[in-house]
Amino acid sequence: MDAQSLTYVFVALSFSLYIGIAIWSRAGSTNEFYVAGGGVHPIANGMATAADWMSAASFISMAGIIAFMGYDGAVYLMGWTGGYVILALLLAPYLRKFGQFTVPDFIGTRYYSTTARVVAVVCLILISFTYVAGQMRGVGIVFSQFLNIPIFWGVIVGMAIVFMYAVLGGMKGITYTQVAQYCVLIFAYLVPAIFISMLVTGIPVPQIGLGAEVADGSGLSVLDKLDQTLTELGFAAYTQGGKSTIDVFAITMALMIGTAGLPHVIVRFFTVPKVSDARKSAGYALIFIALLYTTAPAVGAFARLNFVETIHNTQYTDVAGWFKSWENIGLIGWEDKNEDGRIQYHPGAPFEGKPTFGPDRRADGSRDVLNTPTTSDNEVYVDRDIMVLANPEIAALPDWVIALVAAGSLAAALSTAAGLLLVISTSVSHDLMKKTFAKGLTDRQELFYARLAAVTAIGIAGYLGIDPPGFVAQVVAFAFGLAAASLFPAILLGIFDKRMNREGAIVGMLAGLIFSLTYIAYFKFVSPETNSAEYWLLGISPEGIGSLGAVINFVLALVISRCTAPAPDHVMALVDNIRIPKGVSEPQNH
Amino acid sequence: MNDNNNGYWKANLRLLGILLSIWFTVSFGFGILLVEELNQIPFFGFKLGFWWAQQGAIYVFVALIFVYIHLMQKLDRQYGVSDDEDESSNPEDV
Repeated sequence: MDAQSLTYVFVALSFSLYIGIAIWSRAGSTNEFYVAGGGVHPIANGMATAADWMSAASFISMAGIIAFMGYDGAVYLMGWTGGYVILALLLAPYLRKFGQFTVPDFIGTRYYSTTARVVAVVCLILISFTYVAGQMRGVGIVFSQFLNIPIFWGVIVGMAIVFMYAVLGGMKGITYTQVAQYCVLIFAYLVPAIFISMLVTGIPVPQIGLGAEVADGSGLSVLDKLDQTLTELGFAAYTQGGKSTIDVFAITMALMIGTAGLPHVIVRFFTVPKVSDARKSAGYALIFIALLYTTAPAVGAFARLNFVETIHNTQYTDVAGWFKSWENIGLIGWEDKNEDGRIQYHPGAPFEGKPTFGPDRRADGSRDVLNTPTTSDNEVYVDRDIMVLANPEIAALPDWVIALVAAGSLAAALSTAAGLLLVISTSVSHDLMKKTFAKGLTDRQELFYARLAAVTAIGIAGYLGIDPPGFVAQVVAFAFGLAAASLFPAILLGIFDKRMNREGAIVGMLAGLIFSLTYIAYFKFVSPETNSAEYWLLGISPEGIGSLGAVINFVLALVISRCTAPAPDHVMALVDNIRIPKGVSEPQNH
Repeated sequence: MNDNNNGYWKANLRLLGILLSIWFTVSFGFGILLVEELNQIPFFGFKLGFWWAQQGAIYVFVALIFVYIHLMQKLDRQYGVSDDEDESSNPEDV
């Protein structure tokens, strides 16, 4: 069988597994729909959290981004794992003890205010939609590249699958499907990584291979060789960063506390039976996540090394097949500026913008790039997203590994999309309908509205995936900044600062959210030409601004709460209660 | 809050303080602020600062959570506030 038939088989097998699990674990009550009945084992919950968390961005894009950023890629590695320490130590156990369904539930109850609840719902929906649109797009891209299905139909198939298990199964269906999806995606990530590590260094553990000597007799370690090769071509050394220290600091902080403030991650800790299980879940989740996140930098470094060595100064007619196949899809473009028939790879953009191709091929068979060339020596355009997807081809791995990677990327995208859709539908049916605008709902009616909201959310997400307004891809990364600046401080202060009250929390959330949104919108849409370090506030890029937003949120909340009336006694008692693990109950639909 | 629970909370905060200082030191300290200095030191084929930023910090994060789980369990039992009914109902634990 060829790679494409194998991919069909792998994808079909994994999809039937997910659907089978969804039917087996259908939800019958709001409790099961929202928090899987509160009875998920910590290890299963850890795997589900890991799959929920690791999106198409982690699976497909991250290693490629690291490959091209070198040291600076650490912001994602530390940012997206360090958040779990915050989550485990500062949030998860207390939110589990609190024992309701949603993040707005906590904020609404802790700050005895419907306004606070609605503000939290608005933050949550903004964060989740920016995030989910990117996932559906990821599903579409994998379908179109590996299975030759148009992106439109790829997204439709993805929507149908998510519909099956999110709408029928709710949290219960999602949890057990995510366990299966974790297994698929981690296997699909590790297998090619191990192969490539063997190939480059002779050591099968990528984490160790990254520090080992290259098996080409040069006696250099992988990283030294990369530094040497890249600086010779005019790039910055791989192990040196290009960003300023303050920006690296701010982005890492925004990603960490943003992770801890993401509603679809937090809600996973409502599904375990006990407070101590919430702590354990976070620990297991981070082990499962760390497995991929410590492998990614190795994949990135090997890929960059392979990439440079394969293409630089190679005659186009002799270059490896994968270069041409990705060129055919349009994710690689080559402009032979010095007309020597060889590919030269240097820093800088080869031509302006993303490549557009003319209808005819050049004499050597390469595609004719129409873009205006730049003055740099670089002749190659390469889309960073192809690194993980192309890796098995670059390393000439068997076809079944390529099929596996396709199934793994779909698992990563679908599991995250489902988790996000669930928190969107829950916050609409539970927080907006039941708790705010339609208080008399029965359990059965609420479940109906939850499913209705899930269907609507899937529809909107699918639309955004098929026809993304130009900004979706850019905005996805900012979901973290928004979560960091709005929800995280309100939750943290709600647990650790008894004196915190309604006024402080609401003003803090709004100020953090509006400040970060404005800053991002200014540099991304209003005045994108000034989006560089000299114009940034304190040298912090829009990616890292969430950490400053969080500081503003904290300061305002603390000052205002000290000038206004303290929280009522029953809320003080609630805070005392959530600080003690004893007496935990099942999540209740109060 | 009664004295017992107050004591539990203070002990909890102390533990959090220690663990979060380690969390900050390995990531923001070794991985970002001191990365240039540490990069002068070779470490199993890595530059040490680079290793902390792309590998070491993550391993410490995992370890920190499990140390936390273990120490909190002890603390829960010591103050008789564990959510495990068999243990917390035992008067000797209080």
